[in-house]
Amino acid sequence: MKAKSKPSEKKSAAGAARGPERARQTRARAVPRNGAQTIIDFLESVGVEVIFGYPGGAVIPLYDALYDSKIKHVLARHEQGAIHAADGYARSTGKPGVVFATSGPGATNLVTGLATAHMDSVPVLAITGQVSTTSLGSDSFQEADIYGISIPITKYNYLVKDPRSLPGILAEAYRLTAYGRPGPVLIDVPKDIQTTLIDPGNLLPDSVPLRFEPTPTPDLRALEAMVEAISISQRPVLYLGGGATITNTGDDIVKLVEKADMAVVATLQAKGVFPDNHPLCLGLPGMHGSKYANLAISESDLILGLGVRFDDRVVGNVRRFAPLARVVHVDIDPAEIGKRLPVDVAVIGDLGEVLSLALKRLKDNRRPAWRERVADLRASFPMAIPVAGKEIRPQAAIKALSDRCGGKAILVTDVGQHQMWSAQYFEADKPRHFLSSGGLGTMGFGLPAAIGAQMANPGKLVCLVTGDGSFQMNVQELATVTQMGLPIKIMLINNGCLGMVRQWQQFFFNRRYSQTLFDYNPDFVELARVYGLKAERVESPGKVAGAVERLVGGKGAAFLEVRVPRDENVLPMIPAGMGQTDFFETEEGGN
Amino acid sequence: MKKILSIMVRNRPGVLSHVAGLVTRRGYNVESIAAGPTENNEITRINLVVSGDGPILEQVVKQFRKLVDVIRVDDLTNDEPVTGELALITVRAEGLRRAEALNVINLLGLKLSDIKEDSLTVLVAGTAINVDMAVNGLKPYGILAMARTGLVALSRPPAPSQGS
Ligand SMILES: Cc1ncc(C[n+]2csc(CCOP(=O)(O)OP(=O)(O)O)c2C)c(N)n1
Repeated sequence: MKAKSKPSEKKSAAGAARGPERARQTRARAVPRNGAQTIIDFLESVGVEVIFGYPGGAVIPLYDALYDSKIKHVLARHEQGAIHAADGYARSTGKPGVVFATSGPGATNLVTGLATAHMDSVPVLAITGQVSTTSLGSDSFQEADIYGISIPITKYNYLVKDPRSLPGILAEAYRLTAYGRPGPVLIDVPKDIQTTLIDPGNLLPDSVPLRFEPTPTPDLRALEAMVEAISISQRPVLYLGGGATITNTGDDIVKLVEKADMAVVATLQAKGVFPDNHPLCLGLPGMHGSKYANLAISESDLILGLGVRFDDRVVGNVRRFAPLARVVHVDIDPAEIGKRLPVDVAVIGDLGEVLSLALKRLKDNRRPAWRERVADLRASFPMAIPVAGKEIRPQAAIKALSDRCGGKAILVTDVGQHQMWSAQYFEADKPRHFLSSGGLGTMGFGLPAAIGAQMANPGKLVCLVTGDGSFQMNVQELATVTQMGLPIKIMLINNGCLGMVRQWQQFFFNRRYSQTLFDYNPDFVELARVYGLKAERVESPGKVAGAVERLVGGKGAAFLEVRVPRDENVLPMIPAGMGQTDFFETEEGGN
Repeated sequence: MKKILSIMVRNRPGVLSHVAGLVTRRGYNVESIAAGPTENNEITRINLVVSGDGPILEQVVKQFRKLVDVIRVDDLTNDEPVTGELALITVRAEGLRRAEALNVINLLGLKLSDIKEDSLTVLVAGTAINVDMAVNGLKPYGILAMARTGLVALSRPPAPSQGS
């Protein structure tokens, strides 16, 4: 995985090529290639191995060029599936995921996927077909202004109007996806640009080229202030976010924690960077965090946020968040500093660099009293799974999956209660092994993202935990699973309802379950079988372990429906906008 | 509080959509926005006057710096920048009041741009204060139409004696 996750730094578009690429580039220089071929040549040259997509009128030339390429293509069954798959590919590797879609409806079907990737800073390159430049702006067949539509949900986007600018745009766009704070980039390519021959000797140079400046080195005074804050702190809490995953700084974080005896909380995007089973790891903070994680935050005298956004689901009430603590925030994006929460010390820079500089300056500083207090909090408020009666507890099923996987799996989740239970009970000890739509909370993300993760990690165990609501939002991608022969293991937590929304209605709307209970659901086991998966259902607690064993242990794609009661809740819960100590702990929602 | 920003952007197609989109998406309070070419025709200068409290204004600057097309953002507010604004004002001017209106126009040194039987159109160029003064001076006669460009601003060039 290490080797795979390193983007092959073969060359930039303009750079020198090796082997077959060189031959191809030489040929490209000799014989002008059209726009579509130029795109495929470029993707090959930067080492793209898989493209996810769906064809249509405006990308026929692009697909025609792909026909001759060695790049694999995953034909999704919906463009939303294709882009979530590209996203899952990127999340599991750090390499940009690439997606193709046609103009109009194909492009608009990418919207949710772009927004999902944007919110979680995932590098995705989307290439859409567009009507020809000659008919742009005239409401022609399958014309949609995806450039305009995608401005607020991409890191950057392009509408190619001159074929001579295409090579430059491709190189810049691809680089932008992963540069600095990663994100999705879209290139809209009109059909005539795809078919026009591009003379490599006659390109349109960019008069004010984008400069990819290296991340500025962190300000030393700020760094000293951070080290000082850590040194004098007695009850430090490390708050890890997606930035820690992106920069792959797990080893240094472990060193920091062990040097300074810090308690660790990690958001969904950081789960696994610091091992879940470490005694100082308190897991998820915030709304559905453990009581011990949130109490540690409220008792702490230092919050050290690394690559985090201080998201409202974590912070709750800004004025009541960590009232005793100084806040130190490290991020590569200056705009994140002070966006929601005022901070005492801000260090702007690459997290890897900041950590290694800080580690050099930081003296060993043991805090036995704080360690003890953390252990105490853990012991006093354990994340206990309610005892099983006749029915299966969803938490227990997810725990059983976690036990069976033993830290080897990439776990992908959908969105809802099962997602939070997965965050709480599925153990991850490596980064990029827990993939979940955190910022946007996109139901339907799971199955296609698992496809992307499995494509990127062919030898690896990839599991999906989904809900009966979420699963049906992109269920068509089961066809893709079977077509590609992907051995994904799917656990469906079937509670017969939109559990997370139902829970809010129970707690905050007097149990008025408006439109959250499914009066009808398909027979999921039959459904999975129809799509060619091995499938079974489990309904009694005693049979869970065996069923999980068959799910994970067997060959090929498999599906397990776990029947659970409707009224299980994700606990503890801090209602939106409340303080870290305002827990709902009981089924009644009171405390 | 108010900030006067000078934002230099790459003159790419769609750059104004990115800028305008950022303003609406994040709900910033923009009092005026003026965009036009600079000495380098590949670069556009956008002058933006935004209002809001301190932290919001700080966010505005950071968010603009994040836009890929933005080359640099300068906060001119505390620089005593050189500023200017242009406005066209059509004022009612009938009968006896016509002479009075003309009087005000002369007094303020405004340029007549169009003369109709019952109205006069003047061009105001100057600082925002000059434009406000013209608007206030002509208001009593009835302003029929007005177009203001919004503030453009440049930081003052450094005094030559400071150079080394
Ligand atoms: C696309 C989308 N639509 C609506 C929602 C709002 N929503 C959040 S959780 C949830 C329920 C999810 O139900 P299910 O997938 O069955 O999971 P459960 O909560 O029951 O575990 C809904 C409707 C959402 N997050 N995403």
